[in-house]
Amino acid sequence: MSAVSDSIVTESRSGLSNGTAGDFFALLKPRVMSLVVFTTLVGMMTAPHVNPVIGFTALLAIAVGAGASGCLNMWYDADIDAVMRRTAKRPIPAGRITKDEALGFGMTLSVGSVVTLGLVTNWVAAGLLAFTIFFYVVIYSMWLKRATAQNIVIGGAAGAFPPMVGYAAMTGSFSLETVVLFSIIFLWTPPHFWALALVKSDDYRRAGIPMLPVVAGDDATRLQIILYTLVLVPVGLLPAFMGFAGLPYALVSGVTGAMMLVLAWRVYRRREGDAARKAAYGLFGFSILYLFLLYAVLLAELIVGHDRVAALGTAAARLVGAA
Amino acid sequence: MADRKPGVVLSDEEVRKRRSRSVALALVLGGLVILFFIVTIAKLGGNVMNRPL
Repeated sequence: MSAVSDSIVTESRSGLSNGTAGDFFALLKPRVMSLVVFTTLVGMMTAPHVNPVIGFTALLAIAVGAGASGCLNMWYDADIDAVMRRTAKRPIPAGRITKDEALGFGMTLSVGSVVTLGLVTNWVAAGLLAFTIFFYVVIYSMWLKRATAQNIVIGGAAGAFPPMVGYAAMTGSFSLETVVLFSIIFLWTPPHFWALALVKSDDYRRAGIPMLPVVAGDDATRLQIILYTLVLVPVGLLPAFMGFAGLPYALVSGVTGAMMLVLAWRVYRRREGDAARKAAYGLFGFSILYLFLLYAVLLAELIVGHDRVAALGTAAARLVGAA
Repeated sequence: MADRKPGVVLSDEEVRKRRSRSVALALVLGGLVILFFIVTIAKLGGNVMNRPL
């Protein structure tokens, strides 16, 4: 049975907000926001032409839109956040901000970011940003998260849209390249979160969230992790095969992809005790580095060119060899 | 003059938090004014000079 209770503070003593500016900023999930800025920038840089001022403003609007959806997610999930160790200190369950304040703040930023993006760039990008916020808040947070073990598989789309929004902001359309960038994040999400869910399944069980390990068991989750990783690694190589990434990207994607497979295999094999826990944490931690490296190398290539990144890599390898 | 009923007196902590929110809001609004001005100039481009003098 779920331990979720309705003990969230609804009003402060004075009627004034009890939160600091930092508490409101924390509602935007700054770490997720920084990842969104990063992936959006990569999507944006695949466009043929980027006006720096318009690009910066679009990036800001998309980041605020992502923050707004994080805020609305915290508003809706305050009850389950309160019973999970990882999230109990967030501003709403900790009693520093009321649910109504978070709702008002999140809605204001959602509308503000979508309208700003529409006015500054185009309404295709603004529509996609609005859809992303809707998808994360309504489809994922309100519906899937508490209803199905496939919650993060489908919900992962919300986190995968930003490169497409970034490209759309610069061009007013979509591209095959950004669909590939979308697919990488989409396929990365399940092994990443299920590795965490394997070690935090008690937390999810207590909160009544039907994460895969809670519903289908740890072994079924381990199988799903390795299956998704097997699909993710070749898709991670697609940018190089399609020609919008060069040799440095292909090398980094190949090596880190092989590491992902090794770590996923370790999670599959080590099923008991501390070794299983370490394997799951290992995959969870490395998966963050994997996605970061893929996007960082791609960004470097898009900014300075494939050839220069390759030349830098060769020079660095020579230096290492000489040392 | 009619006596005023004392309302809720804010604690030092509440005053500090309100100030933090007010300062952040002022900075954000100021930043938006500057940003929208720069965006307007960027979108107008060369046409920014195209007006009756």
